[in-house]
Amino acid sequence: MEPEQAVIALEVTGLRVQRGSSAVVHDASLSARRGEIVAMMGESGSGKTTVLRAIAGLDPPAAGTIAIDDLRIDASRPLGRDTRRELHRRVGMVFQFHHLFEHLTALHNVWLAPVHVFGRARAEAETRARELLDHLGVGGRADAFPHELSGGEAQRVAIARALAVGPPVLLMDEPTASLDPARRNELAVTLQKLAASGTTLVIATHDEDFTAACATRVIKMEAGRVL
Amino acid sequence: MLSRTVASLVVSVIGVLGPHTAAAQSVAELRWGGDAEGGAPFVEADPDDPSRVVGFEVDIAGLLADGLGRVPRFIQSGFTTLDASALRGDFDIALSGIEDSPSRRARLAVTIPYHQFREVLTVREADAARFRTLADLRGRRVATLGATLAFDLLTRAQVDHGVVPVTYEEDVHPYSDLALGRVDAVLLDDVLAERRVRQNPGLTNQPTDVGIGYYVGILAPENAPLRDRIDDILKQAMRDGRLEAIFRRWQMWNDDQRRLYARLTSAALPPPTVETPSPQMGGWETVWRYLPSLLGAAAITLGLSCLSMALAVGVGVVVASGRVYGATPLRLLLTGWVEAIRGTPLLLQLFVIYYGLAAVVQLPALVAAFVGLGLNYAAYESEIYRGALNAVPAGQLDAARTLGFSERQTLWLIRGPQAFRLALPAMTNDFVALLKDSSLVSVITVVELTKQTSILAVNIGSWVVPGAVCAAMYLAMSLPIAHLARRLERGWSRSKP
Repeated sequence: MEPEQAVIALEVTGLRVQRGSSAVVHDASLSARRGEIVAMMGESGSGKTTVLRAIAGLDPPAAGTIAIDDLRIDASRPLGRDTRRELHRRVGMVFQFHHLFEHLTALHNVWLAPVHVFGRARAEAETRARELLDHLGVGGRADAFPHELSGGEAQRVAIARALAVGPPVLLMDEPTASLDPARRNELAVTLQKLAASGTTLVIATHDEDFTAACATRVIKMEAGRVL
Repeated sequence: MLSRTVASLVVSVIGVLGPHTAAAQSVAELRWGGDAEGGAPFVEADPDDPSRVVGFEVDIAGLLADGLGRVPRFIQSGFTTLDASALRGDFDIALSGIEDSPSRRARLAVTIPYHQFREVLTVREADAARFRTLADLRGRRVATLGATLAFDLLTRAQVDHGVVPVTYEEDVHPYSDLALGRVDAVLLDDVLAERRVRQNPGLTNQPTDVGIGYYVGILAPENAPLRDRIDDILKQAMRDGRLEAIFRRWQMWNDDQRRLYARLTSAALPPPTVETPSPQMGGWETVWRYLPSLLGAAAITLGLSCLSMALAVGVGVVVASGRVYGATPLRLLLTGWVEAIRGTPLLLQLFVIYYGLAAVVQLPALVAAFVGLGLNYAAYESEIYRGALNAVPAGQLDAARTLGFSERQTLWLIRGPQAFRLALPAMTNDFVALLKDSSLVSVITVVELTKQTSILAVNIGSWVVPGAVCAAMYLAMSLPIAHLARRLERGWSRSKP
């Protein structure tokens, strides 16, 4: 392992997330080095998705700290607008239910953020978006609207959308849920290439075969705790 | 104006309840119609007891009922619909400062005249020297009541002298607006003009008459035998001084009446004939003559509706965004505003903006109409947009955040466009409703399509042809809007399940 890859890209310490008065995640700590693929495994309801959402800045934690490179987020301090923006630029997320923008075509979904958030040229961003869709095997569906896509196609478009932004840390929630075995293997290869280029991946999954195929480390969760 | 409206409402409610409360149910009634909103000295709710009406018309109704051996019962009816109500048989006779005219004589059973009036030009004292006649008022706004002889005189003066007629629904605001400078003269009968000048010290009546007219009672044509009996009662009251006593009581007695009564009660002299400013024509011919003004009024309706809708959409978007994204105090404030606007009548809002604020800011009628309609509909639009914004799935907003979009970008690129598609059918609906609600602005002197149609209908005495032409014009405006909205929705249907 090269020294650069030993750098800690993501470190979560003492994370607690509450829903109402009860905690759904207790004192969770985990870390990932740059270029690692960390698989978070556990039963439904064990808190995997909640941890991912907290890291992504979608559900504010009640306690704990989250550090991404030099950006440190402390649950005791409210998240300022600039910090939140910085966090969103560093951490991408692929959702289990895709959440594609329904009024835009698959291609448009993929190039929207590169153009409007990162100021890339439209033509360049569109070309890159096509490459990503081709690479994920949905190039032929570039002009389809989300409701015209199958679950597996939508899943891959959502992955392409997250990859187009190229965040240093990418969180994925059940990315293989809608994929057949062949597509699953292709995705594993894609993610390994991504990790090799320096992206850190944290993947919440049930899928043991997929985990075996690509994860560099496995974390287990149970009843809101990291084991 | 408002207190008077409330009073007339009380009167009409009492009128409806009348049969149950009348002690002498076995005695035949003389049901007589009038508009208590017309006010003193004609018919108005008694300031001491709003369940009663007072006025010289009330006294005349009493006199007629007495002569017929009946009990008078008042029935409230809008001034401009008195003719139609008489024809429908809503009452036996209408007495409400109704002017004699050839078109009324052609359609209704009309009594002999019981009062002669003069059309008088009222101006501000400072203008007394320069605005003596209608000819001096070229390019100036001259107020009057719609569907009156004065309005016909003004319509003719519009052609002859270039005056700009402004019509009101009642006789209070023409004079208060004259005092404020919103109009430069008022043309109405001497009965009203003299009262209002007494109440508004800065106004004066010009001595030269602009025209002469007569007040009559009107009945349905099949009531001609009753009309004949009423004519006899009136003539008898002219001879024995009972009518004179009534008009003296209301300070309306003068030599004009003495000469009129002498003429009517003497077989030797011919009865007075009513002059008419314009030759009478058939329905279609009149519609044709009115077509340019109907088209002009339709343009005002359409233009006003489009501008008001633009204001409603703009303000609606801002209010909805404030309610979805704003801090709690702002949300409460906006919610309060929306509820206040939605919970009160548009008519009331228009009155407040145009007349209520006149002491502070004198908005031109069209501007007041634009602001009133626009803000009223903004409240409804904001609710539609708020619902539509909240209907965009939260997951998409999470996705937008993790992609780095700011809240503003998310609203502009993701949430807004989807909300707009969701809101479009309701917006189309609202625009068509606004197009029709714009007819309410006639209460603040804007002559739009419905008002112009009403003027035409009163003039020819029928709503059939003017109503059909007016309906066709509204449809010609609303159908293309609905069509355009459907095309937009179809265009989007691929992107929407």
